[in-house]
Amino acid sequence: MGGGRATPRPLGEEDRARRGGMDSAGPLSQGATPPPSASRLPPPGGEGDVQRSVWTDALRAAALFAADPHSSGGIVLRAGSGPVRERWLDGLRAALPEGTPLRRMPAAIADDRLLGGLDLAATLRAGRPVTQSGLLAEADGGMIVVPMAERLSAGTVARLCAALDTGAVSVERDGMHGRHPARFGLVLLDEGAEDEPVAEALSDRLAFRVDLSAVGLREIGNATLRPRLSSQLPRPQVPASEGLEGRLQPAARRLRPSFEAAEAASQDQGLIGSQRGSANKPDGDAISTLCATAADLGIVSLRAPLLAARIARLVARLDGRAGLTEADLVEAARLVLAPRATRLPASDPSEAPEPRFEEGAGPAPNDSPMDGEAPESEAQSKNLDEIVLEAARAAIPPNLLAQLLAGGPRLRGGKAGRMGAAASAPRTGRPIGSRAGDPRRGRLDLIATLRAAAPWQRLRRRQVPYAVISGSPGIVVLPDDIRIKTLRQRTETTTIFCVDASGSAALERLAETKGAIELLLAESYVRRDRVALVAFRGAGAEVMLPPTRSLARAKRVLAGLPGGGGTPLAAGIDAAATLALGIRRGGGSPVIVLLTDGRANVSRSGEGGRVRAGEEALAAGRMLRAFGLPALLIDTGARPEGARRLADVAEARYVPLPHADAGAMSAAVRAATG
Amino acid sequence: MFEDPHVIASEAKQSRDVSGSPERSWMASAPLRNDRAKRPQSPLTVPAFPFTAIVGQDEMRQALLIAAVDPSVGGVLVFGDRGTGKSTAIRALAALLPKMRAVPGCPYACDPDSSPQACPHCAVNQRPKKSVETPVPVVDLPLGATEDRVVGALDLERALSLGEKAFEPGLLARANRGFLYIDEVNLLEDHLVDLLLDVAASGINTVEREGLSLRHPAKFVLVGSGNPEEGELRPQLLDRFGLACEVTTPTEIKTRIEVVRRRDAFERDPHGFCEAYAKAEKATQKRITKARERLGEVAVPDAALESAARLCLALGTDGLRGELTLMRTARALAALDGDMTVTDHHIKRVAPSALRHRLRRNPLDESGSTARVERAVEEVFS
Repeated sequence: MGGGRATPRPLGEEDRARRGGMDSAGPLSQGATPPPSASRLPPPGGEGDVQRSVWTDALRAAALFAADPHSSGGIVLRAGSGPVRERWLDGLRAALPEGTPLRRMPAAIADDRLLGGLDLAATLRAGRPVTQSGLLAEADGGMIVVPMAERLSAGTVARLCAALDTGAVSVERDGMHGRHPARFGLVLLDEGAEDEPVAEALSDRLAFRVDLSAVGLREIGNATLRPRLSSQLPRPQVPASEGLEGRLQPAARRLRPSFEAAEAASQDQGLIGSQRGSANKPDGDAISTLCATAADLGIVSLRAPLLAARIARLVARLDGRAGLTEADLVEAARLVLAPRATRLPASDPSEAPEPRFEEGAGPAPNDSPMDGEAPESEAQSKNLDEIVLEAARAAIPPNLLAQLLAGGPRLRGGKAGRMGAAASAPRTGRPIGSRAGDPRRGRLDLIATLRAAAPWQRLRRRQVPYAVISGSPGIVVLPDDIRIKTLRQRTETTTIFCVDASGSAALERLAETKGAIELLLAESYVRRDRVALVAFRGAGAEVMLPPTRSLARAKRVLAGLPGGGGTPLAAGIDAAATLALGIRRGGGSPVIVLLTDGRANVSRSGEGGRVRAGEEALAAGRMLRAFGLPALLIDTGARPEGARRLADVAEARYVPLPHADAGAMSAAVRAATG
Repeated sequence: MFEDPHVIASEAKQSRDVSGSPERSWMASAPLRNDRAKRPQSPLTVPAFPFTAIVGQDEMRQALLIAAVDPSVGGVLVFGDRGTGKSTAIRALAALLPKMRAVPGCPYACDPDSSPQACPHCAVNQRPKKSVETPVPVVDLPLGATEDRVVGALDLERALSLGEKAFEPGLLARANRGFLYIDEVNLLEDHLVDLLLDVAASGINTVEREGLSLRHPAKFVLVGSGNPEEGELRPQLLDRFGLACEVTTPTEIKTRIEVVRRRDAFERDPHGFCEAYAKAEKATQKRITKARERLGEVAVPDAALESAARLCLALGTDGLRGELTLMRTARALAALDGDMTVTDHHIKRVAPSALRHRLRRNPLDESGSTARVERAVEEVFS
């Protein structure tokens, strides 16, 4: 813990600031380049207005979700526990119709409660199998609130995903089988305290992402003390007229006549189409628009535009309309697409010609019988595209924009795969399940054994050999029932590569370093270890890759590792140590492999200065020793002085790169990891 | 602390059924709220998204069709990005498969022409003269399934009420002669995976538990899907699958729009949508039936065998399994295409699916096995 305090912010912190939108004490003030667009971005009203609009959007999302929990999938709510979150949840509950099933699911729920299974206590009492229904089936038609959703195990995530996809839950457990409707919506409460976000697989399936972490009570105001949410909640007109949506108004006004004309025209044609309930034209058009917008915002998943289409339809339905208007699309893009943006759309769509859309307007080669589309006015649909895109852009928190502008377009994926590591990696000595087996060769799992024995009690008592004990209240356990815990055999090692990507580790050395890491990765792969990657350069350090077993990802991150800038060695060591301590807390055993020339010239505060930076680096090295973190220092420099000393104070194994051929290096890591 | 009395109050566990009815009353005890207003149709009766309406993903579709034509290719593994319709495609296959003839009343849906001795049911009960037509089973193995439900176990109810020792068949029995689908195969517990692979390879499920001892036929095509970012598959598991496909999210906007558009149309009117594709589905079904009939007659000339061998040699695949699968797959593809002879053309098209997971792994060669196979194909067939 103590080590973590002093460290500079690793990626997660920055990430939070980006999502939070408001954490102005974040990395922006850390000496990074000022966001080029800072002056033009925030709407005139200032941050209070932004957060008020976030709150209004949050209420709107709640109202839409409440109208049809299952089809919208759900909401990822990022907010610390507190009055703001409470008020939002109150509002959401108030919006749900009377009698809607509500369930609260602990993140560590077991399968017999989640899916259904044997009710152990009742079974023992009754002497015959008594089953209990699972939470997923119970929540059919309602919603499930999941606190600490970022802690869900990969297995639970997969079960939730399967239920969301099919609207049903299949149970094949403890002698029972069945398929039950489970059309629920999820509310994932992400406290935002941990670096890891909610599993992508799950959040990808939920329409809304609401971030209230920066909203204060002041912004909510007294007027909404008891937010009266209902399906009829008036659409928020925010930010009043000045804001970004204000800019949309003229465009919308300009467009409306043509849009209505198109809709009317399609309804005429619709006479033919609607006989089979097929898609009419504006709907098809709407989907092109949403897809194009999603693409412009750098959203890879196809579920995003699909969810946006559902939400647009929901908006229309709540308004009592059958067709979609552009306002519906604008709102869907704002609520569904904007929070998923991974990059900025081209800032002025009219400048850059968008041939994509023209292509998109035509029917795909594999023409479906569903859409009999007539040629349409391209100019008009293009305008619609712009409007929807603009709306989505307007809803992106200003700091996100700044971050994205400063950091350039981000690659896809981001944090995915974090869960996977947890999934296939039950930690040291932890039971990962139980199986039939001999207790002499494993640890007895008492509960599982009782579970196996419970249904048979009545039968066994009836059988002759057990007549003697039939009067006793004891439980008859036969060898067949005995379950032993399956444990992870060995301690799982996570190798943290802490890479000096600074200019002083000159570029060709960086290439060599990358080569060296690849060799070590191959080694880790063979041993089924996990790897993580921390890089430091310029002003600070960054966790480039959280612990993962996916070699492909490690390789990808490594290949894209940029070089240049100063050497914030202390920051790098700090970041690696924080990560390592976290892993150790989780039951793993971390090893830090530090690849540097040891010539620090940027201090923790981000300032230059060789002397101070050097001292801090040595202090960080001593911290490694103090925490007893095993480390290996691979000296990438030509002269050994700095790195050697660092290795000494950290009690790290020292391997100079010039002599570190493939074999020597992996042998060194092997020795360090024991 | 976050207090939430409303939810907690409504979360009070359902009263436990202690003295209730003796039957396995899961359905009855599950909350049935279907009477609520404006409820869309039950998810249990919604038809599957039609196979022929899937946009793109040619490799995955081809692999599934090949497995439908010749189950002996040995399973299909579909790995790839989230939201690419992996599960959709596999579930869609069920509706597409031509019906099969089965012994009525047999829990393993035995082929009427098979030897009765292989099946514990047919060996004891006289087979009725007339067979019935039943859909080919496509069985979902849900996550969280326990071993007793997978393998089958003693029928507790009969044991308790009648004192009979009867076997209650599990999922493996239900999947006999069909498909067994595991979503998120990389999340399945290791001992279950081992068990499944074992049964899939032998076609026989051996049950030794709770005083039962029997063997029953369990021939099925194992279909697994997963996302590599959620964790890698054990290498031993990989090459037990006959075919391995990779699916990626389409990047071309035109394709993306079409995918979303069709999905959206389906969600709004599943029955109408399926109806619109009924003709295409029928045609594909016919293609499978024809291909099955043709399969035995498709010739595999020496030249094709040689090409296959050269390809495997160039890639350094271990053992003969690669060549065998490559040949079978190419033959099934030829049958699907209506060709009577396997040519290099067929081999080229199936090579990535049949071989990419059999290469000796270079974990760091990110260009990936697909690129390596393609390179080798170019060299061998140039």
